[in-house]
Amino acid sequence: MARRAAPEVNAGSMADIAFLLLIFFLVTTTIETDSGISRKLPPPIDEQQEPPILKEKNIFVVEVNKNNDLLVEEEPMELKDLRAAAVAFLDNGGGQGDDACNYCQGRKDPTSSDNPTKAVISLRNNRETSYATYIAVQNELVAAYNELRNREALKLYGKTFNQMEKDLNDVNYPGNKERLKDQIKRIQELYPEKLSEAEPKK
Amino acid sequence: MGKFKQAVVRDLPEISTASLPDIVFMLLFFFMVATVMRKHTVMVENELPVADQTEKLEKKDLVMDIYVGKPSSRYKNIGNEAVIQLNDKIATLEDVKPFILEQRAATREQLVPFLITSLKVDKTTNMGIVHDVKKELRDVHALKINYTTRQGNVLTNNR
Repeated sequence: MARRAAPEVNAGSMADIAFLLLIFFLVTTTIETDSGISRKLPPPIDEQQEPPILKEKNIFVVEVNKNNDLLVEEEPMELKDLRAAAVAFLDNGGGQGDDACNYCQGRKDPTSSDNPTKAVISLRNNRETSYATYIAVQNELVAAYNELRNREALKLYGKTFNQMEKDLNDVNYPGNKERLKDQIKRIQELYPEKLSEAEPKK
Repeated sequence: MGKFKQAVVRDLPEISTASLPDIVFMLLFFFMVATVMRKHTVMVENELPVADQTEKLEKKDLVMDIYVGKPSSRYKNIGNEAVIQLNDKIATLEDVKPFILEQRAATREQLVPFLITSLKVDKTTNMGIVHDVKKELRDVHALKINYTTRQGNVLTNNR
């Protein structure tokens, strides 16, 4: 008897099956957003502790009102200028003697901050400020710190601070991680992130 | 005349659909790889603001999500004011502390210091409720937070 060839499997419904799976995955999954601005909240207020005394000139006051307008050091300001203003304040280095800052490249204005380690940015917003504006302001202030840290890291270690942090999390980093950790700590000490948030106004 | 007619009445060739499964499978694989299963049904409007100084959240299982926003169109009966959503239900401010403590209890002890609270807040929300949530978090010592955002230029946020 002649051998019969095996009948071909009908693949006409393959597209339907694939569509079904595709639609199932479209419905049950989301594209995840998993990045954002990381911050650390201050611990709960301790009634016993007295607030440290800060010089007026070492505080950079940023206020946002309920119409999302910015008031920086009692002057109205546009959001796009905030980063440069914050950098100028932090990097001022107008201190004398013990407070002197030998790595600052600012204007050394005696009426602005003494030293980046002393400089504090104080952010106060209204309860009706929109979250989008708040995030924008936070982002600009973090960017100011990052800009200075990157500059200092480039000068001292030949790579940006962002790159150093990326290397630290990289499992394939060939260099010495302990040393890298120390270097990151050193940069963080030069430009500590001192961002305080005041109670919002009603 | 007859010759002319013959040329017109030719059947259109059928379009081959043999490669359709391949195309659909390609899309399917893309979605399987690029997306993750939904963790929660988000019951609030949740259009995140944009920022560019972002850090990636590394350990997914150590992230606690808090959603804040106006109830989305299906849940308008709740009201029009911004509300907090924890897990799969709308919650009040008082529920935040128990929620954090519960999450903490469910985590292994040595991992507790690495817990991060991810605030997924709609960009039209007022800061009042966000501040209240942050105050609750401070009280239970859940100090590591992350304002989850999309990538983009912040100057476009208020448009």
